[in-house]
Amino acid sequence: MSVTELEFQAKAVESAPEHAIEGRSQWNLTWRRLRADRVAVASVVVILLVIAFALSAPLIASLTHHGVDQAFPNTGLDVNGSPVAPGVHGFILGTDDIGRDLLVRIAYGAQISLFVGMLTTAIATIAGVSLGLIAGYFGGLVDAILARVIDAALAFPFIVLALALAAVFHPSLSIVIGVIAFFSWAGISRIVRGQTLSLKEKEYIEAARSLGAGPWRIMFIDILPNLLGPVLVLATLYIPTAVVFEATLSFLGIGIPEPAPSWGNILSEAQTYYQIAWWYIVFPSAVLLITTLAFNLLGDGIRDAMDPRTERIFAGGKAAQRRRKRSSSKAAAAAVSAGS
Amino acid sequence: MNMVRFLIRRILTGILVLWVVATGTFFLFFKAVPEAVVAQRLAGRAATPQILAEVTRYYGLNKPIVVQYWHFLDGLLHGNLGRSYYLQEQVTTIIKQDLPPTISVVVGGVLLWLIAGLAVGILSATRARSLFDRFATVGVLAGLSAPTFVVGELLIITVFVQLNDHGISWVQTGYSPLTAGPVAWAGSMILPWVTLAVVQAAVYTRLSRGSLLDTLGEDYIRTARSKGLSERRVLYRHALRSALTPVVSQLGIDVGALLGGVIVVEQVFGLQGLGQHVVTAITEGDQPVVIGFVILASIFVVVANLLVDMSYAVLDPRVRIS
Amino acid sequence: MTGTRREQPVDAFPTDASLDEEVLVRVDGLVKYFPVRGGGLIRRHVANVQAVDGVSLTIRRGQTLGLVGETGCGKSTLARCIAGLIPATAGKVYFEGKDITNLSRRAMQPFRREIQMIFQDPYGSLNPRRRVGAIIGDPYAVHKTAAGAERKKAVQELMERVGLNPEHFNRFPAEFSGGQRQRIGVARALALRPKLIICDEPVSALDVSIQAQVLNLLADLQADFGLSYLFIAHDLEVVRHVSNAVTVMYLGRIAESGPGDQIYEHSRHPYTSALLSAAPAADPDSAAARQRIILTGDVPSPIHPPAGCRFHPRCPKAQELCGQTEPVLETKAGDPSTHLTACHYPVEAGEILARAGRRESR
Repeated sequence: MSVTELEFQAKAVESAPEHAIEGRSQWNLTWRRLRADRVAVASVVVILLVIAFALSAPLIASLTHHGVDQAFPNTGLDVNGSPVAPGVHGFILGTDDIGRDLLVRIAYGAQISLFVGMLTTAIATIAGVSLGLIAGYFGGLVDAILARVIDAALAFPFIVLALALAAVFHPSLSIVIGVIAFFSWAGISRIVRGQTLSLKEKEYIEAARSLGAGPWRIMFIDILPNLLGPVLVLATLYIPTAVVFEATLSFLGIGIPEPAPSWGNILSEAQTYYQIAWWYIVFPSAVLLITTLAFNLLGDGIRDAMDPRTERIFAGGKAAQRRRKRSSSKAAAAAVSAGS
Repeated sequence: MNMVRFLIRRILTGILVLWVVATGTFFLFFKAVPEAVVAQRLAGRAATPQILAEVTRYYGLNKPIVVQYWHFLDGLLHGNLGRSYYLQEQVTTIIKQDLPPTISVVVGGVLLWLIAGLAVGILSATRARSLFDRFATVGVLAGLSAPTFVVGELLIITVFVQLNDHGISWVQTGYSPLTAGPVAWAGSMILPWVTLAVVQAAVYTRLSRGSLLDTLGEDYIRTARSKGLSERRVLYRHALRSALTPVVSQLGIDVGALLGGVIVVEQVFGLQGLGQHVVTAITEGDQPVVIGFVILASIFVVVANLLVDMSYAVLDPRVRIS
Repeated sequence: MTGTRREQPVDAFPTDASLDEEVLVRVDGLVKYFPVRGGGLIRRHVANVQAVDGVSLTIRRGQTLGLVGETGCGKSTLARCIAGLIPATAGKVYFEGKDITNLSRRAMQPFRREIQMIFQDPYGSLNPRRRVGAIIGDPYAVHKTAAGAERKKAVQELMERVGLNPEHFNRFPAEFSGGQRQRIGVARALALRPKLIICDEPVSALDVSIQAQVLNLLADLQADFGLSYLFIAHDLEVVRHVSNAVTVMYLGRIAESGPGDQIYEHSRHPYTSALLSAAPAADPDSAAARQRIILTGDVPSPIHPPAGCRFHPRCPKAQELCGQTEPVLETKAGDPSTHLTACHYPVEAGEILARAGRRESR
């Protein structure tokens, strides 16, 4: 091909209007899919309600004139000294073993659970992402050591650590937060490390290095944005784990000390009353279950929204149902024609 | 040959881990708080000055740190975990007494969750998107979200109370030893087993379902089918082996969770096992028991991980080579 | 554009390049081996992938050196060694007379402003999660030369210069076509006004019509900014239009190098002749008249290269000497001093290789 021919071709194409395709970013697409997922939306609503419930705890306390630690032995306990049922004497959800308003305590308990859940997840995410990035990007000795540490942290029985710490220092909020964060970072770190190991071989990372970008810039500005999706899913799924862990520790008496109204504490006290005060067990359990279920469903929803290829049983919406019908009838048609 | 080398490496790692744990335990319990407090805790609440003095001498608390450390390690290696002053017994004796309920719960619970989890997972995978699968998915999500103690308490309120109200007393709280009769034993164990299994079964259902679905989509399965093998043969001879590897590796990780679950279950159902005793020990300030538990738990975790690693190596030959 | 380049004197390359002001980059005996480790507990080093095995070349200011060869001949590895992305096993790289071989990242930093790269894959060389404005602005950020509004202005000027709409500053790479993405890559490389741009097969992944656009862009930029290019490709025709000098590599070694005209009109190495004969010709008559030289066999493995001349197992002219002794890269009789060939039996004028039988060699 001669020079002039090449030039001619080039000029012809150059004169065509240059316009970029109007497209949508990854996040945009994920957001749209998430919005269409009815289960995920419902979960968000529930979570917001729980947060509202927690935040309105002081309001509830003042409206009912029942403080969170205020015991009402006269109105709150019946003649036998047992808790009163829901609705009696203005106790909307009944009372606990020493006559405190259960609704108020559950509301304040929500504060504790959400606070611990979100704070520990935040700490674990920051630590986990940073360490995972470092291990994955630097490789070599650093990675060898960190990978071992991550493995050890994952297999470690944290309840044992919590027990030991509670035995030596008395149970406290900081121990609870420390132990849970320590337990959670490893899971995130492992995923981040794996992703980093594969991402750092990509050509745009090589391009960044050729520009002279240093490792820290590459890790946090080039690699991290590609990790945000999975990290978000993980973090959302770790929140309920943290909530459950805190409740379990408090239940055993080695978590947040009394008289804090942690749901775990409440349920621990409620054990002996299973025959005479069902509300004492049922209501805190229900709120706890609803909260954790909502976060789990939301986490799943975000994961599915990011990767639409995952098969979803409860894929919401008419569009999804139509798609499924179409693909199954196609399969049936194929089977028929193959068999004939 | 490779298998032996693999095993040796794992055992050595395990011993290293145990040593690290023992050292960490020593520093935590003996050095993290002032001496007097240590003596107080080791001696139990009701310690008179004589007992305190005896404890100090027994543990060598006023000796240099290296001596103490050596004494501690030496005691461990000889199976001497100290003395619970609260219960006036050697810790090792207490452990022996407490083990039967704990072991009953562990063995039964693990078996139940594995069987249930795998069964539901396999059935779900082979009948993907059927009604069964949908119900299973809902159940899994519910199970995943529930803390063990909540499940336990709810089971007590529903099953236990209802059965008792209707005169069926087979299901009981508390522990009935196997030696007193297997039926009663099972009756006291059934609810703890279910409680322990529910949450974990959910994890394993989801894991085995996903893993099996992935494996069934692989090319070599297609080859097996096109060779004319029955679906059942394909499943059991070919697919399951590789689908099970993530399950086995998850087991290794779950040993830690298992401990937590056991402690909770014992507490809820009043099983007087090692787990419940540890919790009491903490509240009562009886440290030797806690130390004993920590060491024992670590040994259990290391051994369990070793077993898991070995079965993983049997299932997946690539592990042995690396 | 391409026409003017051909008018520049092509025989004015002095032989002693080391002190020449005109020499931008000098590569001296560069070697890059990748270790191959065996299995087993300790993973011993058992062999080497000899990716680049003693390569010397020169890039002059304002000129384009074309580097061609088959996949696996080591040209990309060589480029990355020059750019400092991979450490060299042996040999030296000089930039403007200074030794930049295996410098630490900090020491290499000022040179990074002068040496930039454009990559082959328009889809892989841009971070999908970042906006193109940020991508193009990266060099300014890394070297702290401009920030804020000043950087944005510079980036938009660059975008315009390479033929992109500056208003698309905030878009993601996914919203651009392949050719446009390469332009983004060019803009990024151009940001700090480097002296050398290494183009690693920049148009191989593009449609032919788009290739011409991007090549024209590169030519324009070279004229405007006085750039030097190391242009790597496997397509000889593409290289012909952009290069002043051409180097042909085979299995980690240079087979032939020299001014563009010499290589294309008077190639001496059988491998070069084979490559040239494989390139499609536009004129059907000359295409019919030309005989295709078919090379038999695959490229041998760079872990165990053939003894003697590395090309001898596939060479239609190979004889016993070729399997025993490595040919020296030197000027053959009748060639200008800048035309170097590594061959014991170079192709003579008028010789038609297709008819030469393929002799067995050890």
